[in-house]
Amino acid sequence: MMDNINVQNLTVSETPHIRSSHKTSSIMLEVFLALCPAAMAGIYFFGFRALIMIVVSIASSLLAETLYNKIAKKKNTISDCSALLTGILIAMNVSVVMPFWAVALSAAFAIIVVKQLFGGLGGNFMNPALCARAFLMASFLGKMTSFAQPMYSGLLAADAVTSATPLAIMKEGSTKGLSLLDMFIGKTGGCIGETSAVLLILGGIYLIARKIIKPHLPLTYIAVVAICSYFLGGFSVEYALMQILSGGLMLGAFFMATDYVTSPMTEKGMVIAGIICGLLTVAIRHYGGYPEGVSYAILMMNAATPLIDRLVKVKRFGEVSSWKKKEAVR
Amino acid sequence: MFFSGFKGGIHPPDRKEQTKNCPVKELEPTELMTFIMAQGGKPCTPCVAIGDKVLKGQVIGDSKEFMSAPVHSSVSGTVEKIDKVLSPRGDMAEAVIIRNDFEDKEASVGETFPVGYVSKDELIGIVRNAGMVGMGGAGFPTHVKLSTDKKIDTVIINAAECEPYLNSDYRTMVERPDDMIDGLDLLLHAFGIFKGIIAIEDNKADAAKILKDKLRSNMQIKVLKTRYPQGSEKQLIYSVTERKVPEGGLPADIGVLVFNVDTVSSMSRAVRSGIPVTRRVVTVAGLALKEPGNFLVRIGTPFWKVFEAAGGFVCQPKKIVMGGPMMGIAQCSIDIPVTKTCSGLLALTDDDIGTKEEMPCLRCGRCISACPMGLMPVVLNKLVNKKEWDEAEKGGIMNCIECGCCAYSCPSDRNPASTIRRGKSALRAKR
Repeated sequence: MMDNINVQNLTVSETPHIRSSHKTSSIMLEVFLALCPAAMAGIYFFGFRALIMIVVSIASSLLAETLYNKIAKKKNTISDCSALLTGILIAMNVSVVMPFWAVALSAAFAIIVVKQLFGGLGGNFMNPALCARAFLMASFLGKMTSFAQPMYSGLLAADAVTSATPLAIMKEGSTKGLSLLDMFIGKTGGCIGETSAVLLILGGIYLIARKIIKPHLPLTYIAVVAICSYFLGGFSVEYALMQILSGGLMLGAFFMATDYVTSPMTEKGMVIAGIICGLLTVAIRHYGGYPEGVSYAILMMNAATPLIDRLVKVKRFGEVSSWKKKEAVR
Repeated sequence: MFFSGFKGGIHPPDRKEQTKNCPVKELEPTELMTFIMAQGGKPCTPCVAIGDKVLKGQVIGDSKEFMSAPVHSSVSGTVEKIDKVLSPRGDMAEAVIIRNDFEDKEASVGETFPVGYVSKDELIGIVRNAGMVGMGGAGFPTHVKLSTDKKIDTVIINAAECEPYLNSDYRTMVERPDDMIDGLDLLLHAFGIFKGIIAIEDNKADAAKILKDKLRSNMQIKVLKTRYPQGSEKQLIYSVTERKVPEGGLPADIGVLVFNVDTVSSMSRAVRSGIPVTRRVVTVAGLALKEPGNFLVRIGTPFWKVFEAAGGFVCQPKKIVMGGPMMGIAQCSIDIPVTKTCSGLLALTDDDIGTKEEMPCLRCGRCISACPMGLMPVVLNKLVNKKEWDEAEKGGIMNCIECGCCAYSCPSDRNPASTIRRGKSALRAKR
């Protein structure tokens, strides 16, 4: 009897002694999973080249992460799956006609310059995938803004028939030839992963249901864009719907703006961030030089995040407001 | 509007099924029993000398301080040693060690009240003499709580038992509901009020049903959603009465007193038959144990004896915890004695604990959503590390109830609760 009540090497640590099953890597993997349907739609609409684009982007992200850790003599961090997520997001944010090497370069930029040089996961103040997109915008404007027409791409799509995106058409001031249904399912010109609004929304709902993200930021963001577009488009519901279904809004609102590291931590802060993103997106789309403003809007929100988190306070349990305290003194 | 209780909190797997249906078994004492002098409130000083004969139920340690409760021997025998021993809190504490003669000769009891009611002052006296402390884990001397001069209109029995694994309160309610009901009745009459509420979580529906049949006209039962930390005093009061204890205040400030199930039950025993607190129900659970169960353990019994009664270990436990897994204290040895606040003894393995790797903070905000006190653990954590005390105090660091929800919910296995605890004691020391 006495034999089996001996104990050795007991761990003594602070409370609590049990932990939830959530892990950083499992969260990243679930976001990755939620993105997959929309990515597959991109492959369906834009062809085999889109698949290779995704593979190249993910592979170069993982490689960049591994190389950086080797050079910096750090533990390899690809197992946290954040590089995997950055990889697929970059591919989903470029046109299918983008040269592979440019995508690989931007992935390396995102991982090494934007993320690792700022201290790795959790230290970056801007979304790496969006920075990669901005990097490509600055370096390959032509390729970034020429979009393949869906369903017409050849095997490697080097000779794809290009088409204007719905946003570019709307920027010209018309909605001719645009079908709301096509925009909803994703049969329009655009980046690989941004066109299928329905699958992106489903992915977003999945993340909200699994409590990976909170609905505050995406819903405020989309609502602000819808309301502003309704007024700016001459009180047209159709125009407002087209605005929210086109461009990178769904991808941005559900998957990029909600990035934990670069968005506010409190619910109030998330609403503020959503409003900022919405207003900036509408402003860029209507008054800016580019037809699309989602990525810059989110990047600017990222920059404002530390300020938002500093200013927004949560209500404490049993908090006695300062004016009540003064009242009591009187 | 629909009221759903306090904000935040977590839903850990409750893992109560392991011992939920195990009836409480009485555990025989060992030859050497160790009575730690600090078992809640200010530490006592021994009032016996080496070689003295002591009786079961005799006071062996007492203190003149108001904020303390006497310690009684749970066996009869001879005082063997008075020495410093390792206490469950991890420090060396003064203790009286008694060699048990296994005769259980009982000390004479004072005045008892087999029927009827007692006044508030009488109750305070009885409770103090019985050495009663909050048996939920905090160990706050019960007579101090009773001595409030604030106007009390509600007494709540904390039967939430929101900590995973633990079933000691549940078993007490199922097996001896009359003691608890009687204790509550005594309390209500002592305060001259008519509102006693038994607050229980909905995972203990069968206990609620048993109690419902026994309720007296001045009592009601409130079934709450199962959520940790439902049994934390402030959260419980809010869930039951929708009143919030103001920051830095006490429940009595808003007219409420909260007592643990075991405390109220022993109150009845003390009043009716003069029995002091010399034993308690302990849940012994965890995957490392062969036959987990619930035991009626005499105070002063070493942990190893309790684990032996639970069939011993099937594998090396990774952690031994006194109390629940969320707020209990990790132990470094099994030679430590059971005290009045020991509601559970857990032998946990890696599967119980759930291991993950510590990673950088993702700023995901889960700790903020989980905090039942509405604090921002991630921010407080940073402020403490930067030693920005004023900012931390403004952020409400002193409000932290150390429930551990932030650390539990962190996907990166960080522990803001521990940093905050450090910050709190640093701030207290500065004052």
